[in-house]
Order: sequence, then structure tokens, then C-alpha cells
Amino acid sequence: MDTTTTLPNSLRSGPDTRGKFGDYGGRFVAETLMPLILAVERAYDDARADPAFRTELDAYMTNYVGRPTPLWFAERLTRKLGGAKVYFKRDELNHTGSHKANNCMGQILIARRMGKTRIIAETGAGQHGVATATMCALFGLPCTIYMGATDVERQKPNVFRMKLLGAEIVPVTSGAGTLKDAMNEALRDWVANVDNTFYLIGTVAGPHPYPMMVRDFQSVIGEEAKVQMHAAEGRLPDIAIACIGGGSNAMGLFHPFLDDVSVRLIGVEAAGRGIDTHEHAASLARGRPGVLHGNRTYLLQDADGQIEEAHSISAGLDYPGIGPEHAWLHDIGRVEYVSATDDEALAAFQLCTSTEGIIPALEPAHAIAHVAKIAPGMDADKIILMNLCGRGDKDIFTVAEHLGFSL
Amino acid sequence: MSRIAARFAALRAQRRGALIPFLEAWDPDRATSMEILRGMPDAGADLIEIGMPFTDPMADGPIIQAAAKRALAAGATVAGTLGMVREFREHDSETPIVLMGYLNPVLSHGVERFCADAAASGVDGLIIVDLPTEEADLLLPHARAHAIDFIRLIAPTTDDARLPKVLSGSSGFIYYVSITGITGTRTASATELAAAIPRIRAVSDLPVAIGFGVRTPEQAAEAVRAGDGAVVASALIDTLSAGIDAQGRAAPDTARRVLDQVRALAQGVRTARATGVAA
Repeated sequence: MDTTTTLPNSLRSGPDTRGKFGDYGGRFVAETLMPLILAVERAYDDARADPAFRTELDAYMTNYVGRPTPLWFAERLTRKLGGAKVYFKRDELNHTGSHKANNCMGQILIARRMGKTRIIAETGAGQHGVATATMCALFGLPCTIYMGATDVERQKPNVFRMKLLGAEIVPVTSGAGTLKDAMNEALRDWVANVDNTFYLIGTVAGPHPYPMMVRDFQSVIGEEAKVQMHAAEGRLPDIAIACIGGGSNAMGLFHPFLDDVSVRLIGVEAAGRGIDTHEHAASLARGRPGVLHGNRTYLLQDADGQIEEAHSISAGLDYPGIGPEHAWLHDIGRVEYVSATDDEALAAFQLCTSTEGIIPALEPAHAIAHVAKIAPGMDADKIILMNLCGRGDKDIFTVAEHLGFSL
Repeated sequence: MSRIAARFAALRAQRRGALIPFLEAWDPDRATSMEILRGMPDAGADLIEIGMPFTDPMADGPIIQAAAKRALAAGATVAGTLGMVREFREHDSETPIVLMGYLNPVLSHGVERFCADAAASGVDGLIIVDLPTEEADLLLPHARAHAIDFIRLIAPTTDDARLPKVLSGSSGFIYYVSITGITGTRTASATELAAAIPRIRAVSDLPVAIGFGVRTPEQAAEAVRAGDGAVVASALIDTLSAGIDAQGRAAPDTARRVLDQVRALAQGVRTARATGVAA
């Protein structure tokens, strides 16, 4: 089908048996957790080799999550920007309103195969928390969600949704009370409840096998988009673009395109108030390699190896690290990583809403901001594929406040 | 023979276990933690464990998290922690010092440089919480090259098949994490310890120290009856934190109170086997 050259050595074969993508990834956890991590890896390997697992997952993805999600030609936005054709992969139309459902459905089926009876998760914007709480409601499993106290405050609609779904929400006050601190606390819970608990990590980070497993479950985004793009345009896109916090929606979009060398891949980090300030979440642009939360990757850290707080208007991008596979793709130059500021994301949020009638989450608004920067300079026969990974209903209070409205 | 091996050999000759108290470097400030460190051998510490502060101590409970936060606010760094050990060694060349911390500050310092600097400062052993055996080749050769003991954590979740793998390359002593959980929360029962320690003895001749949840002189005594040493951390930090004011400043008697507690724990450890249960 594809006429593009494929690299002789596939970029899609990682990680190695130690969970490494180049120098990144691995399994940096305390010994108490290590046997569990290995058990998760074995369970995931078994599931992958079991056709019944794929059948079960596919059925849930179709009938419950609502896949495939559409590919949408954003015609008015394209005209407004006056350059390349812009397509949205509509993952915000997934059940629960974001791409997070893809991964949560996959992992909860693994948890069930392992006989685990309790689920824990961390959440930033609350999208992963909501998706986790949803699957737990569906399968009748008790669920505890760790969420930074700052995020509990700025993501009230999602906190309420999780409570309705039956989840216990634990606000985390250590550190700055954001995603990083929620992940620390979830790991502490796991270490104390190793027998019955499954930790449902929300992004392509953490100890092996999580970065690989989450990527695999999210790759449905890129696989569908590739087929849909072929149907719509008869070819591959010129650019595929997605926002990056931990990087799961981007990894899901990029992975099926890694060996298609004609496709430029662009990840958009959160520049917060600017990457030359101290208030951003651009781990690749301004961080350096280190170890946190079980993996070696780029981290925002000081000269002594202490982890720094990230900042973004978007709670889902507010993380001082990034998935290890992104760190590797950055180093080998296969993916370009750029950034968009809070203000640019806010402007893009409004642009998308008013031209396409789609209220995007603040996370993909960062990707839209970059599309708005590059599309006008491209020829009209070029194609940009962007992952619209979440809907923005949860963000209207934050946006209203920034725009000076009181709700 | 390393300082750690020598100390355990001497204790074995005395037929008693080791008390290993913990302090977080620079908590709540350098002067107070230095005073505690200096006073520990006289108060009955057989070995000393020093925590290297980290922003994200994932295996630690609220008590040690707070200690790390105070220490970092007071200006703790890797170099600063090693400086405390150097100063301690000016007056004490026998008490083994073990550093316990997380990997990232060590990586940031440079693993090889860290091992060299630690050895030059008088550090005897290293415990890196988030460096499991699967990743240990990152540090082990450098620790070995600088004659630093690489102390491994064994947990209740470490099964018999995994034990020899985890212990390969370990030296000094074995640190048995006696509960599945974070520091300063639950305490293992004597029955749990009695079941766990022989599993380790079956595969290693190294001394076994027991930590996580050892708080009182009685629990320390329990630990040295089952194993060869008792690590006490959160209970000492509780005492320290009770003695500091809202601005995080230590009171004049903060160090003395912590050292008094070390003395009481040492008493518990030293009389533990007097009842004739025997080593």
C-alpha cells in the first residue's frame, strides 16, 4: 500500500529485553516493587500472545469506547490558516472524552487477567482518572485516584465525575501538588498493597513494561489514522503532530508512522510562560537525562539532580519528565520536538472552537497552536494530521478565568 | 577488611547485634545534623546511615519526606552531604557510614565521580533505593573500584528464586525491608521476621540488618534477635521534628533529645540477647 521507503532497521522494534529505548527507559524501582513489575510484564506478554485477548479488547474498543474515532478534515480552519490541509484525528470523541480510554481499557483487562481486585492511578488533568474510574465502574473494581491538590482545585468537573463513578480521590499535598506528586503517592500506595492492587499508569512513562504497554494500547490512534488518511487522500500525511506531557497520545499517533520516513513527526511540549522562564514543562527542550518514576529519561532538574516543578496552563502537560521512547526519538532525530506557550494554547483553543465547532482540551490546544504556526507556510497540497486527543469541557473554567469571565 | 565487615565481626565476637540509626543530612540544618552525627557513636550507634535528600523519595513515608524537604530548604546537596562525612571522619575513623538515597542525584553528580568522592570522604557503603539488581551494573563496578560496599535491599516480595540474583555483587550487609510498604508506617511482627530471615541466611553469609517500621527499643531488640542489626529512622526523625519551630529552626536541645533516644535504642539492642536466646 505504501510507496514510501521503509528504513531497513525498524524504529518500531523497541524496547529491548531490559525495557530500554537506546539509553532510556529501564526499571528503576525499589526491590519491593520489582517482582510486581516483572509479573505485569509476564501478564502483558501472555495477553499479547493470546488471540482471545485481542478479540476481547477489540470488542470493548468498538462497542464501549467507540472506536474507530473519525478523521475530520478541518476545512474552515484550513482556509483560515491558508496553507496545508489540516486533519484532526478525533480521539476526543472516545468515551470519557479523551484518548486515555484506549489505554485504560487495555490495562484493566490485564489487571483482570492477573486476578487483581483493586485499581490505583495517578491523574493530572483528570482525564486519565476519569477513564480509569470509568473502567472500574464498568468492571466493578474499587478504584483509588491520586491527584495533586493543585489539580483537584483546577479540574473540579473531572473530580466530580470521578466521584460519581465511584472512585476514591486522594488529594496529594506534597511538592507542588501536581502530576509528579500524584505519581509518587500512587507508587507508595502500590508498594503497600502489592498483593491485590494493579497500578494503572496513564502515560508512556514509568518502569518497563509500562512505556511499551501504554504505547501499544494507544497505537490504535495512528493505525486507524493511517488507514483513514489513505481512504481520504490516498496517501500518507506530510506531518503528524501531537501535544506531549508524558507523551501517550503522541506516541500512539507516531508509532505506526515511525518507519514512514516521508512523514515528519512533531511533538509539542508545554512552554508555559516561556521556555526561557522557570515556568514551563518542556523536559526535552530544557531538561537533561535522569531517573524518576522508574525510568531514565529527560527531566527538569537542577544542577544537583533535584527534580524541578513543571508549569503549564494544562494540568495534563504539567509534568517534569517525558516518556523514554520520546527521549530516544528526540536523540536520534526521528521526531522534532517544539513547544507552545500558555497564551498560544489559549488562542488556539478559541480558534479551534470558533472555526470548527470543536472545543478542544487545553492539551491538544498546544498542538493546534503549532499547526497554526506552520500550516500557513506550507503549500495547499500538503497534509497535516493532528491528534485532537481530548475535549475541552473540563477546561472551560480555567479558560474563562484567563479570559476574564466569571462563571 | 572493610570498616563494615570489621564492625560486624567485632559485634559477632561480642555476641550482639548492631544498632544502625539514621539521620537525614542537613535536617533541619547542617549544624544540627552534624551535632547528631558526631554524637551518635557515643550514644551507641554501631553503624550510621545517612539519608541523601531527594525531592521525590518514593519509598519513604511522610516523616522522611518532610525531613528531605527541610534538608533541601536548608541547602543540602550531594557535595554537602559528603562534606559532613568528611568532617565526621576527622574525629572517628571506625564507625561505618552508609549513605542511603535515590539514584538521580548520584547520576547528576556522575556515578564514577560520586563513588570516588564518597570513598575519599570516608563513606563505607551505599544503598540506592531505586536501583534494583536489573539496573545495578550502572553503579556496581564503580562502587567496587572504590571499595565501597554495595548494600542491597531485600523485601518480603523477593521470592527464593529471585534472592540469589538480587544478592549477587552485594557486600557489607543485607538490608531487609521488613514490610511491604513505605518507611515509618507498619511494623513487622516477630513471627514475620522469624520466617523471613532464615530465607536470606540460606543463600548468604552477610549480616542482615532489619529496617522499615523499627521504632522502639523493644522492636530494635526484636530485630537483632531475628537478624544482625536494627535500622531506626522515622522514630528518630519524629523526635527531631518535634523539636523544631514553625520556621524550621532547631531548639538548643534538639540534637540531645535525638541522641538520648539513640541511647535508649542501643540499650534495647545490647540487652536483646541477654535472656540467653543467644546468637
